[in-house]
Amino acid sequence: MSELSILGRRLPKVNAWAHLTGTARYADDIALPRMLYGRLLRSTKAHARIVSVDISRALAYPGVVAIVTGADMPEKMGIMPSTQDETALAVDKVRYVGEPVAAVAALDEDTAFDALSLIDVTYEDLEPIFTIEEALERDDVKIHDTSKRANVFKEVHLSFGDLEAGFAKADHVREDWFFFEGNTHAPLESHAAVASYDGDGKLTLWTCTQVPHYLHRELEKVLGLPRSRIRVIATPNGGAFGGKSDPFGHEFAAALLSMRTKRPVKITLDREEVFYAHRGRHPVKMRIKTGVKKDGEITAVEFQSYLDGGAYASYGIATTYYTGALLTVTYRVPAYKFDGVRVYTNKPPCGPKRGHGTTQPRFAFECQLDKIAADLGLDPIEYRLRILQPPNTRTVNDLRITSMGLGECLTAVKNATGWTRKREELGIGKGIGVAGSAYISGAGLPIYWNEMPHSGAEIRIDRGGGVTVMCGTAEIGQGSDNMLAAVTAEALGIYPEDVHVVSGDTSLAPVDLGSYSSRVTMMAGNATKNAGLKLRAQLFEVAAEKLGVPADRLNAAYRRIYDQKDPERAMTFVEAANLAEARYGTLVAAGSYKPPAGIGGNYKGAGVGPTPAYSYQAAVAEVTVDLETGQLTVDKITTAHDCGRALNPANAEGQVEGSAYMGYGEAIVEEQIFRGGLHKKPSLLDYKLPTSLDTPVLEAILVETMDSEGPYGAKEAGEGPLNPVIPAIANAVFDAIGVRFDETPITAEKILDALGKRDNRGVPKDRIGPTGLSEGKSDPKRAMRRLTASTDARERKKTDARPAGAGPRIGRD
Amino acid sequence: MTKTMLTLRVNGETHTVAAEPHHTLLEVLREELALTGTKHGCELGECGACTVLIDGIPVLSCLTLPLQVGKGEILTVEGMAKGPQLDPLQTAFAEEGAAQCGYCTPGMLLSARALLDANPRPTRDEIAQAISGNLCRCTGYTAIYEAVEKAAQRV
Repeated sequence: MSELSILGRRLPKVNAWAHLTGTARYADDIALPRMLYGRLLRSTKAHARIVSVDISRALAYPGVVAIVTGADMPEKMGIMPSTQDETALAVDKVRYVGEPVAAVAALDEDTAFDALSLIDVTYEDLEPIFTIEEALERDDVKIHDTSKRANVFKEVHLSFGDLEAGFAKADHVREDWFFFEGNTHAPLESHAAVASYDGDGKLTLWTCTQVPHYLHRELEKVLGLPRSRIRVIATPNGGAFGGKSDPFGHEFAAALLSMRTKRPVKITLDREEVFYAHRGRHPVKMRIKTGVKKDGEITAVEFQSYLDGGAYASYGIATTYYTGALLTVTYRVPAYKFDGVRVYTNKPPCGPKRGHGTTQPRFAFECQLDKIAADLGLDPIEYRLRILQPPNTRTVNDLRITSMGLGECLTAVKNATGWTRKREELGIGKGIGVAGSAYISGAGLPIYWNEMPHSGAEIRIDRGGGVTVMCGTAEIGQGSDNMLAAVTAEALGIYPEDVHVVSGDTSLAPVDLGSYSSRVTMMAGNATKNAGLKLRAQLFEVAAEKLGVPADRLNAAYRRIYDQKDPERAMTFVEAANLAEARYGTLVAAGSYKPPAGIGGNYKGAGVGPTPAYSYQAAVAEVTVDLETGQLTVDKITTAHDCGRALNPANAEGQVEGSAYMGYGEAIVEEQIFRGGLHKKPSLLDYKLPTSLDTPVLEAILVETMDSEGPYGAKEAGEGPLNPVIPAIANAVFDAIGVRFDETPITAEKILDALGKRDNRGVPKDRIGPTGLSEGKSDPKRAMRRLTASTDARERKKTDARPAGAGPRIGRD
Repeated sequence: MTKTMLTLRVNGETHTVAAEPHHTLLEVLREELALTGTKHGCELGECGACTVLIDGIPVLSCLTLPLQVGKGEILTVEGMAKGPQLDPLQTAFAEEGAAQCGYCTPGMLLSARALLDANPRPTRDEIAQAISGNLCRCTGYTAIYEAVEKAAQRV
C-alpha cells in the first residue's frame, strides 16, 4: 500500500468549526415556524396500576393544543425485537418513578409545563421491587407478566472446556464476590426531538439519537406509518455514551403530537428527566472463581453475574451476555463457565453505557487477578504478560481474535509510569495499580436478524472536485463525521475539507446500524473505504490512459493523481474526475460492510461477543489516600490503547483520555442510586461529575497493531479504554492502604470505614465488598441452582422441539 | 403573562426584544435572538454550558435575568470571532481536539477567553481553576488545557 496522506495525521475534525463557532445545530437548537412545545407527564409511583388518566382539565387550559397518552400508542416497542416490553407512554401500569405517562403540546413551554399538573392520573399502588435479591425471590409480585420465574428478565448458562478438570489441576483457587454500582451517562446535552408531520403526509424527526435506523423501524411500528413516509435525522449528539441508543417515549410523543396537530412539535427533556431516561450502567453482583497453577497459568474460570435491569428490557439481553462473553479474550482461559441473570426492578431501565456489560466483569476479573498475583508473589504486570491470549487464535468460547496488543499496552504503561520503582518505593497512603482489558470493534450481529450489510456508504464526486459522502452513522462527538471525511479523502487522494458529510439521515444516507458497540470506524470505515476505492479505480483508469502510465503505478494524494515513479507525470483530481464522468456518467459509488462469517461460535448465545477485531488496553493508576479523612485522590491515570491504527491520533487520544475520565468518575463517585423508588440525586449538583479540579492527570499512549480486518488497520478507541481504569484504581488503593475494594464507587466514607475510623467503634477491615447475593442472609447459590434447573428443563424441551441444524439463536428467544 | 421590552447589547450589537420578564438570559438569547450557540445542560447553574461573558466576566446565563444585565456588553460564542478571524482559542481548540461533542465548548471557550484576558500566561492549575465551573463529559479536560495553553502562546 502506498504511504497514507491523510490518515495518521493530527488534523482538526471537519465538524470542529461548527462546534467552535456556535453554529452546530443540536436538536434543541431547531425552531420551525408554528412549532409547538411539548412536555411529558411522568409517573410519581414506582409500581402502580393506572386506573385512569383524565386529560379534560389540561386540554381546556388556554394554550394547550393537544395531549396524548399511553392509550394512543399501545404498540410494544424496544430496541431488541425479541424483548419488546415497553410502550412509548405507559399503558395500564407504571414501573418506575419518572416513567412517561402523557405528553402535552402547547403554544409555549411554560404552558405545556403548567398543563401537566392538570392531568389527573389515578394510580392503584402495587408493591415495588428494588433489589436483585427481592426480584429473584418474589414470585408474588410481577413487574412484567412475561417473567416465567419471579422477576427474572433473562438467564443465560454457558460452559466451555472441562471446568472440573480445570479446577482439579489448579494449585490455587480463589473465589470472590464483587459489586459494581449502577451509574449513568450524564451527557451534557439533554435528549431533545423535533417532529414535523408535513402536508405531504411525511414525518421528519430530528433527534439526538445514536441509532437513527433502529428508531426508524420503531417509529413505523408504533405510529403505524410506513417507513417510506418517515425520515429520521440524527442531529449532532451533545454527548451520548450509550444513553441515546434506545427509542425513547418523547420521540414517539413528539411525532404523534405533530401528526395530530399538523404542526412541528419539539420536546426537550430537562436534566432531571435525563436521569429517568437513564439506560445506564447496570448494577451487577458478581461471583468469580478462578483456578491457577503455581506459575499463575489459569486452569479454569467460573463466573456468575446478577444484573439489576430496572423496569424494562432495553439492551438487557445483550448486556447479560456481554457480562460473560469477553472475559476470555485477554488471558488464556482453557475452561470457562458463565451463568448470568438479569432481573426487573422498579427503577429506570438500565442499558448500555460505554463498555456495555463488559465494564463490571472486567472490574471483578482484574481485581481478582491482582489478588492472585499477590497470592503467588508475582508482579501484577509481569503476571499478566505471562498469561496473555495470543493473537490470531480462538478463545475457549470460540471468539476469533486477530491483532492483540495487550502485551504492548502493559509494557507501555509499565515503562511510562516507572512502575517497578514506584511499586517498591511508594509508602503507606500512596499506591499504584494496573489492569488490562479488551473491547469489541462493533458487534458481530445486528440487533434484528437480517442478511444485509451492517453499514453502507455512498460517495459522489462533483464536477468541481467536491465530494459528498453519505452514511447513516450518528455523530455523537466521537468523530464519526470526521472519520467518514478522512477515509473518503484518503481513498480519493483529496483533503478532508473537500468532503461534505451527510450522516444520520435515513432519507439521504444508506443504512448504518448506528453509533453503538464501537462499530463505526470498523464498519462505516470499511464501507466508505470500499466505496472510495471503486471511484479511485475509475479515476485511475482514465488517468492511466491520459498520462500513459499503467494504473497500478498511480497514486492519489493532495488532490493529484500521479505516477509514483515520476511524480511530475500527474493530473489534478478535478481533471481526472471530469474525464471519468465523461466516460462513466455521474460519479457515484456505494460500498458496504458486513462482519465476516466464522468470527464466533455456533452455540446458543454465540451471537454476543464476536467482533471483526478486539481492541486492547492497559491502565496504571497512581493514587493517594488521606488516612485521616479517607479522601481518595487519583493523581494520574496512564492508559495505553491498541487501536489498530490511529486514523487521527489526536481524536484517538481524546477517546482514551475521555474514557479514563469517565472510568475515574465511576470508580470514585458516580452512582445512580435510589431511596425507595426515588432517585437520590437526579441533578448535576448531587450526581457528581468530576470537574477539571477533580480530574487526575491523564496520559494516553496509542499502540498500533495494524489489524487485518480494520479499515487501513483501525480498530475501536471509544469504549475499551474505560474498562481498565476502574480496577486499576481499586488495585492502586490496595497498594496504598492494604484494603481490597471489591465494590464501586470507592468513596471516602467507605475508606474511612475500612480504616476503622468512620466512628469510635470502628474496626479496621481488609476488604470492602459483598460476601454473597443477600449479604449472607440466605444461601447465595440457591437462587442460581433453581435458575439452572429451570433453564435446563426448558432447554431440553426446546432442543427436543427445534428442527435439527437450527443455527445460533441470539436475542430472539 | 405580559411581555417586557428589553434592550440588550449582544456581541457588539443592540437588540430590542419583547420577552417574559421571568425568562432567563439563556432563554432570551436562544429563543428571542436565535443565538443558539449558547447551550443549556441543566438550567440550574450546575454545568456551565450556558456561560456567556458580561463585560468580560463569565456569567451563567441560566441564572441571570436579562433585566439584571442593564447596559452590560454580552459576549456569546457567536461573537468571539473578529469578522472572518477566529479567536485563537477557537483555532487551538480545533487543532488540539478540545471539542468532542462540542456541547460544553461555547461555555468553555468563553471561560477560557475571560481567563486569558485577565491572565495571558496561565499555568495549568490556573486554567483548571478557571474552567472548573464548566463540566465537560467527553475530553477529561486534557485537550482543553493544551488548547488554552496553545492559544495563550499565540496571543
